Formats: sequence, structure tokens, C-alpha cells
Amino acid sequence: MIVASVSNVLVWAVWVLAAFACVGTGIAVISFTNPFYSALSLIGNLASLAVLYLLLSAEFVAAAQVLVYAGAVMVMFLFVIAYLGGRADAPWAGGPSWQALGAVAASAALFTEVVVVVGLKSSGRLSHSAHIDSTYGTPAEIGRLFLTDQLLAFEITSIVLLIAAVGGVILGSHSRAHPVEGVEQ
Amino acid sequence: MRGPDVIWYVGVAGFLFCTGALGVLIRRSPLIVLLSLEIMLNGANLALIAFARHYGQGAGQIFAITVMAVAASEVVVGLGLIVAISRRNLELDVDKLSTLRG
Repeated sequence: MIVASVSNVLVWAVWVLAAFACVGTGIAVISFTNPFYSALSLIGNLASLAVLYLLLSAEFVAAAQVLVYAGAVMVMFLFVIAYLGGRADAPWAGGPSWQALGAVAASAALFTEVVVVVGLKSSGRLSHSAHIDSTYGTPAEIGRLFLTDQLLAFEITSIVLLIAAVGGVILGSHSRAHPVEGVEQ
Repeated sequence: MRGPDVIWYVGVAGFLFCTGALGVLIRRSPLIVLLSLEIMLNGANLALIAFARHYGQGAGQIFAITVMAVAASEVVVGLGLIVAISRRNLELDVDKLSTLRG
């Protein structure tokens, strides 16, 4: 009994730490003027999200999150930011504009909407989660689902990745035959 | 389930989504808009995984991995566009890139 309550407190403490790290780094990403710091904050955000995934017993997704995002996507971001150098700086527009005020109001309204709808519709139903066995979230289970029930999603994902790779090559290749002209500054 | 209920995770997911939406709306650098989009997708992922845990089914995790692949594709295309824009010596500002506007 005591062991159970101690581990419960421990899980709560880890959750609070990860959730605050997640929220704080999320706000940091959108408020830094230097995109390099923004990208570094996003890595912190992804790492704390991986901790939350682990608490939800999604071990494979947490590992994939760290590998795919922190490993691959963020390296790509940092390369592009380094390539752009000083041109990548994103200073804030001076003073609050009606656009910024409207954006803050819109996203605050969105958050209120989410909280109200989830609070009203769940009404205690979200407090008793289903019992899971030890195979839940393991790579074997994910692989079995991918190759049986969710085969269509698997195939569509491969096509999406192929299209993105082709698009990246086309966008990134120099085309000497079509010189840049008539482009407005 | 030890620790907080699923609804707390959903609250964090909603907050992340709204933070990302705010970033997309108020920042003008396409790089930071892309980073904010990543935050929005991650908020959706967290909600998917939280509900997957609530119902004890793996389909939500599969969907989250699919969203991850879509996010990676989106980053490839977005960064390719940013590099192409900077190669043409255009200003990196989403308000000024309005040539395609009808």
C-alpha cells in the first residue's frame, strides 16, 4: 500500500516536471527572436513530451519521438538556420498591433473552448482508464498493428514520405535553365 | 493507472496546440512558423496517445506515428521552400512573400 502511494507521488512529480518543461519550452519557442534558440527550446519540448509518452506507457512512440524529431528533424532545422546565418533572425514587430492582439485573443479562446468542451463532455469518464497488459505500446505490438489492422496507414505513410523526399529534392536543386527573373523583392 | 488522469494530459495537449497556433499567427519568420507548426502537431500527438492509453488500444499510437511521419515530410518541404526563398534573395517574412496572392 505504502509502496503504491509512493510510486503514485513519484509519477505525479515526474508528470508535473515534464508538463511544466513542456509548456515553458513551448512558450520559449514562439518568443525567442533568434531561431537557433527557438530550435533548441523545441528539442527540450520534444524531450519532455517523450517523458509524458513514457508515463502513458507508449514506449515505442517515445523512442521514435526522440529518434525522428530530436535526432533527424531538429538537425535539419539547425543546418538550415546555420545556412541562413544572420538572415534567419526574426525580430519582433515594434509594439503590439491589432493583429497580435487578435491572435492572442483567438488562441486564448481556442484554449478555453478545448478546456470547456473536454470538461463538459468527459464529466468524470476520463478518470477510469482501461486496464492494459504488459504488451501495450511495445515495439512488437506496434509492428503487429502496423502490418495487420493499420496496413493502409502504413502504406500511405510510405507514399507521403516518398512524395516529400521528391519534393525536397526538386525544391533544393539548382535549375540553371530557368534563371531567376521577374521576382519581386 | 498511476499518476494523473488522462484529462490532465489532454489539458497540456490543448495548451501546446494553442501555443503553436499563437506562434503561427503572430510570428512572421517562416522558420519560427514551422517550429510552431511542430508544436501544434505534437499537441495533437499527445492527445492521441493520451486517449489511446485511456481506451487501452494501440490504434491511437499508430496514428501518432503517422502524424510524426507527416510532420517530418512537412519539415522537409518547408525547409526546402525556405532555402529556395533565401536563394532568390527574398526577405524571409511571411507578410512580404505575397507574389502568389491573387
